[in-house]
Amino acid sequence: MNRKLFSFPGGIHPPENKLQSLNLPIQSVPLPKRLILPLQQHIGAPAKAIVNVGDQVKKGQCLAQPQGFVSASIHAPTSGAIAEIADHEIPHPSGLASLCIVLQPDGEDSWCEAQPIADYSAAKPAELVDKIRQSGITGMGGAGFPTSVKLSPPADSKIESLIINAVECEPYITADDMLMRERAAGVIEGALILNHILQTRETLIAIEDNKPDAIAAMRRAVEALSESHNSQPHNIEIVVIPTRYPSGGEKQLIQNLTGKEVPSGKPPLHVGIVVQNTATTYAIHRAINHGEPLISRIVTLTGEALNKPGNYETLLGTPIEHLLELAGIDNQQLSRLIMGGPMMGFALDSTALPVVKTTNCLLAATNTEYPEQPPAMPCIRCGACAEACPASLLPQQLLWFSMGGELDKAEQYNVADCIECGACSYVCPSHIPLVQYYRATKGELAQRRADLIQSDHARDRFEFREERLAKEKAEKDAKRKARAEAAAKAQAAKKAAAALEAKEGGATKDSSDAKPPSDKEDVVAAALARVEAKKKAKADAAAKTQQQESS
Amino acid sequence: MKLAKVTSPHLHDRSDTSHVMKMVIVATLPGLAALSWFFGWGVLINLVWAWIVALGCEAIVVKIRKRPLGYYLNDYSALVTATLLGLALPPLAPWWLTLVGVGFAIIVAKHLYGGLGSNPFNPAAVGYVVLLISFPVQMSSWLPARGVEGAIPPGFIDSLKSIFPLLGNASVDIVTQATPLDQLKQRPGLTITEIWQPGSAFGRFAGVGWEWVNIGFLIGGLFLLFRKIIYWQIPVAMLGSLTVMSIIFWGGSGSEGHGSPLFHLLSGATMLCAFFIATDPVTAATSNRGRLIYGAGIGVLIYVIRVWGSYPDAAAFAVLLLNFCAPLIDYYVQPRTYGHNSGHNSDSDRSGDS
Repeated sequence: MNRKLFSFPGGIHPPENKLQSLNLPIQSVPLPKRLILPLQQHIGAPAKAIVNVGDQVKKGQCLAQPQGFVSASIHAPTSGAIAEIADHEIPHPSGLASLCIVLQPDGEDSWCEAQPIADYSAAKPAELVDKIRQSGITGMGGAGFPTSVKLSPPADSKIESLIINAVECEPYITADDMLMRERAAGVIEGALILNHILQTRETLIAIEDNKPDAIAAMRRAVEALSESHNSQPHNIEIVVIPTRYPSGGEKQLIQNLTGKEVPSGKPPLHVGIVVQNTATTYAIHRAINHGEPLISRIVTLTGEALNKPGNYETLLGTPIEHLLELAGIDNQQLSRLIMGGPMMGFALDSTALPVVKTTNCLLAATNTEYPEQPPAMPCIRCGACAEACPASLLPQQLLWFSMGGELDKAEQYNVADCIECGACSYVCPSHIPLVQYYRATKGELAQRRADLIQSDHARDRFEFREERLAKEKAEKDAKRKARAEAAAKAQAAKKAAAALEAKEGGATKDSSDAKPPSDKEDVVAAALARVEAKKKAKADAAAKTQQQESS
Repeated sequence: MKLAKVTSPHLHDRSDTSHVMKMVIVATLPGLAALSWFFGWGVLINLVWAWIVALGCEAIVVKIRKRPLGYYLNDYSALVTATLLGLALPPLAPWWLTLVGVGFAIIVAKHLYGGLGSNPFNPAAVGYVVLLISFPVQMSSWLPARGVEGAIPPGFIDSLKSIFPLLGNASVDIVTQATPLDQLKQRPGLTITEIWQPGSAFGRFAGVGWEWVNIGFLIGGLFLLFRKIIYWQIPVAMLGSLTVMSIIFWGGSGSEGHGSPLFHLLSGATMLCAFFIATDPVTAATSNRGRLIYGAGIGVLIYVIRVWGSYPDAAAFAVLLLNFCAPLIDYYVQPRTYGHNSGHNSDSDRSGDS
């Protein structure tokens, strides 16, 4: 079973620090006092709450429905009452608050009726995908992309390979490692379900060679499968890959296993590949075969500020402080709390934040473990960053462009293809925060694109308005012109008539006199006659009185 | 308790720039030992004097630029420049020659261009070329190496006095002689027997002493490669192209024959240049293919200038000329980014696969 690997460029070998969290089996966590469930735990639109404050809910009951295609539902991790639906700070790099459902557990932990799919191999793929969507499953490795979307490829695409990403290349994290050690059969079941949905030619489960126990457990599970499923051949292959960060990056893993590169800006579907994370695969098994929605996950608790590091099966929404106490936190020592691994995880500024679907690790570090970086020295272009870059970028050039605000150049040098693995910053002898600069540049580029779209819209609107005004004006002008023309025509007609009259005047005078007078002329004549008559009468009367006075 | 709000990555390698610089200085030790053995105390005195000048200049400029002094002096970069230039100077170079060369390298070639990381030209090479053009006599006054007939390197006091004449006159006359590279150039009529006669300036493969000096720098260079301080592309390409050139134009064993490949590899500043000067990352090309082109260009130019130019050695000129080309090389040989058809413009890719 020695599959040919294609390798990938760059990469680093940071200290692994995985052993400290592998001493204990997966631990259970007592119910916390309350659970905080953000409606946005995934990429896409936030879910929409379908319960009200005061409602009693059962464990596994749907609390919020997806809104739109790229979205995911949220379920009650335990039974209890909805205490609040309000804004709370969520574990997100922005540190912003977002709408959350707060659940007050009643302590009974009673399930609503589970509706598993009895035999997935008899079910239609669409039915399984719908069940996965109804179960609120999202990628549990980091990004949190709704799984059902990944499993709904366009009808014309051909999916060749299904890759289960069990690489877990980030230092410290052991959640997937422990999951495979203890529940390998469940992961394999999940892979079979995914394979049934996608009907791929091969199913590759990739594990880094620093997890021999997990590899052995998974191999045993596959062998057991071969024995029990004699009638049904499977195409699952465990592929052991050399330990090198970031071999678990989706693009790097695809390149390593298949030699294919995902074209820039396209999803892996484009090259006929679907990648799913181990924990996600296990969650799919629970959802289909047991009817359990995604309400808990395994979280690695580690770091030097903890006395009892290990992996804890945690209900979603559990406040982080509850977990840290369980793992023996030394609050005096804690100087940095990281969600995720030390390479790509982000620092949290509060222990009151809840565990969400993507919380694979909580790293409670001390100051000696992660001291503050010394101030950056000038770049000496040593090229260590370029050697480490898995995307074959030129990090030092991107640094100049980022520092100088040359966004066009940065774009030309493909800053958008940076996967932000942090290998460049890790190796930089001048302690330059390289990936941090690229993140800022990417943000500026996104802002510029947004601005561009906005200004395009504004220009379109403006141009449309101008056009409309011009059209209206033209219409008005046309009307006015038409009116003026009509008037001019009328005038001309009158003039012509008058001229005609003047011309024909002499000749027609008699005849016009001879014509019977019009009514108007009659009235005038009558009035004139009346005035004449009045004047005459007055004069007569005056003459009469004069005569009388003189006599 | 306040939690640090910083962005990833939180983990860092322990290496730093000063470590890189220190390693480079340590790696010059074998070459330095060979130089000192063959040419006497003057080499060491020059070097220490160059360090003092470099640190002094660095401190003055950093002070004028109002930067934190200790922080900049601690990066050891000035010491590296001083070491490389000091090693390239004639063993009994007068004090002011070193002062002018190192001063120019640090103040003009490095800081006037923006300091560490911003200089387009290798400071040590600039300092060397300035001296070579301005003071050709002093710069070509090399001592005959130990092993050449009648040559015994002067003692410590004599060396010190001839470098700093203010301290008094040296008790012996210091004999100087052209280097083997110089002789090959200036005296075209030498036959093979003349070259190989006992006591001449020519050794088994190249110049007496020079062979060992170059082997010393080669050992130091291999150490740097082993410690991953430098990448193999530049030295391999440079030595490779120099070898190829000297094979193609090798016209026999006399001085008209331009010298054998081994003569060129083990003469003058070949190894110092290949592993210590050309590999200066600040002024070199940065991509792997770019480094190959850059190194090969230096090798070709060294040969061309040595054989057909008017200077006996050419490493500094070759490096400076390729420093000019480095941005151009970098522009044209960008590596192909993951998921793109070419390294260059993302536009052509987009139209390509849509």
